[in-house]
Amino acid sequence: MSRDRVNPLDYSRKTWMRLCMGFTFVFLYFPIVSLIAFSFNDSKRNITWQGFTLYYYEKAFANAQLHEAFLNSLIIAATSTTVSTILGAMLGLSLYRFRFPAQGPYEGMVHLPIVIPEICMAVAMVAFFATVNMPLGLATITVSHIAFSIPFVAVVIRARMAGFDHALEEASYDLGASQWQTFWNITFPYMKPGLLAGALLAFTLSLDDFVITFFTSGPGSTTFPIKIYSMVRFSVTPEVNAASTVLIVLTLALTMVALFVQSRSQGNQHG
Amino acid sequence: MVDNNTIISIRDVVKRFGSTVVAVNDVSLEIKQGEFFALLGPSGCGKTTLLRMLAGFESPTEGQILIDGEHMEGVEPNKRPVNMVFQSYAVFPHMTVHQNVAYGLKVTGTPKSEIDDRVRESLSLVQLEAMAARKPDQLSGGQRQRVALARALVKKPKVLLLDEPLSALDAKLREQMQIELVHLQKSVGITFVIVTHDQNEALSMADRIAVMEQGDVLQVAPPSELYEYPNCRFVADFIGKMNLFDGTVAGIKDGKVLIRVDEFADQLSNLVLPHNEHAKGEVGIAVRPEKIRLDENEPEDQQVRLKVKVTEVVYYGDESHLFLESTGGARFAANLKNEARDTHAEIVSGKELWVSWRPEDTLVLSS
Ligand SMILES: Nc1ncnc2c1ncn2[C@@H]1O[C@H](COP(=O)(O)OP(=O)(O)OP(=O)(O)O)[C@@H](O)[C@H]1O
Ligand SMILES: [Mg+2]
Repeated sequence: MSRDRVNPLDYSRKTWMRLCMGFTFVFLYFPIVSLIAFSFNDSKRNITWQGFTLYYYEKAFANAQLHEAFLNSLIIAATSTTVSTILGAMLGLSLYRFRFPAQGPYEGMVHLPIVIPEICMAVAMVAFFATVNMPLGLATITVSHIAFSIPFVAVVIRARMAGFDHALEEASYDLGASQWQTFWNITFPYMKPGLLAGALLAFTLSLDDFVITFFTSGPGSTTFPIKIYSMVRFSVTPEVNAASTVLIVLTLALTMVALFVQSRSQGNQHG
Repeated sequence: MVDNNTIISIRDVVKRFGSTVVAVNDVSLEIKQGEFFALLGPSGCGKTTLLRMLAGFESPTEGQILIDGEHMEGVEPNKRPVNMVFQSYAVFPHMTVHQNVAYGLKVTGTPKSEIDDRVRESLSLVQLEAMAARKPDQLSGGQRQRVALARALVKKPKVLLLDEPLSALDAKLREQMQIELVHLQKSVGITFVIVTHDQNEALSMADRIAVMEQGDVLQVAPPSELYEYPNCRFVADFIGKMNLFDGTVAGIKDGKVLIRVDEFADQLSNLVLPHNEHAKGEVGIAVRPEKIRLDENEPEDQQVRLKVKVTEVVYYGDESHLFLESTGGARFAANLKNEARDTHAEIVSGKELWVSWRPEDTLVLSS
């Protein structure tokens, strides 16, 4: 009967723990599951279940405005991910590597965008663009996204580098490699999983950002989340659900690709 | 004054970190071509700092370093004719054993055909040919260290620097690697400079040893000279085990020195020792445990003899280490060879014995 005995650390077999987990899962996933389910609802008002249809997917895919918004989102996300990953990686690396005066305050400031309310950041951005006389549009959205993504990438890279053995760089340098060769041959391969994680974070942050994007967008620069918001204000049709479901599937797929690449590179290089 | 045989010369080198930490304090050393040289000292004495200055990772605050007759000031680590084996081995985790060893040749633009030959040769030197395709995480600690060795040796450096290369290995493997390292060094003929805090390691491997303490080099000598003729109290105490006493020179007579040791005074008024230039004023008197003879009865033939009581016995199988105390309070450590099966059983705490040694085995150290 030893099967029934619960070990002190066997939390997954304790009833209260299971109840907690059950609740968490329901709260986390019920809205998403219902959102996806109702995207197949054959009802314009989308309040009660009327029957299965793919009609609203067709409708969403045929919606030119939704197309344009989606394309805008992709352009912004791709640009901001590329730029913020490069800059964030450089920042994270220098925070790990160098000791300089006032490093503490500087690090605190770098992390500020992570902690300050998004609305403050949004207002600050708009004020900034007004002072430099930059018309609001795709460019301003992209710049804002780069600005708030950099610290996230930097934090990820810095955490990754904390486990790095500096002697590896010294060994490379000692064996005749230049600093540049050492970076690309030794440091960069080690950073790669961190870069991937940082880039993915930046991409998803950009793709679904609403507040900052809403403030910094101008005419003709509607992004996917903003478009959905305006559709919801009009009426909650299954078309909105369908569009959101596409976004969910897309993010999930990206995450899975990233995890797969990461696990493979970890299997190869043990780090 | 420069000897053609000298490969490294360290001249009046000082290294300070900030304004307070003096890691290396005015060190001058000459290391000869083909020598197995050890830097030995307790933790924090500046061994690693000195080695890193040779490799080029630190630059001396004062003084000069010459390698093969050339000034190394301003020469970057990747341009120096030396290579280093790191304490953590620093084997590149994302490369195979072959790629690790080839790395140093590849980055300096060695032709591909030559790389393969030299890598194979270097791997066979450390008996790792069979593991060429493996990744470091599929190797044991000892094998990883061999990769680090092969990777440095493939560059054919003039000097190989090793920072505590054996400290991460278990005792058995360490002993085996000590022997292998010595063989390797003799077969490749490259000068090895090894850093260690383990005196046995230094004694068993090195041709010459520099003992360091708090940034100073106290003595540079071959192992046997260091062990038998330490030049100061620190070296005497640091290398091997030593019985140390405080003494005062009482006089010189017929080419002999008379030294009074308070702890012996109840049994021996003066130690009569061969003349020694250190014998002035306050001195340290030292004798190795294995030089001490143990007898049950008073040994009439020995000039230095004291009656003692056994306070503790530590059994090691082949030997027992005895701790003894005289009535005057002098404490001795002595070794007892367990020559017969029941030798050890006769020696128990509280037993009275005689210790004695030859006057010429006594060291007189200036304080
Ligand atoms: N980068 C540094 N900055 C400041 N102080 C340092 C630095 N590197 C070493 N030191 C100091 O210099 C002294 C000598 O250090 P070193 O690493 O050379 O000692 P070591 O003999 O190798 O000791 P161990 O056996 O513990 O490795 C120490 O007191 C150490 O704290
Ligand atoms: Mg050290």
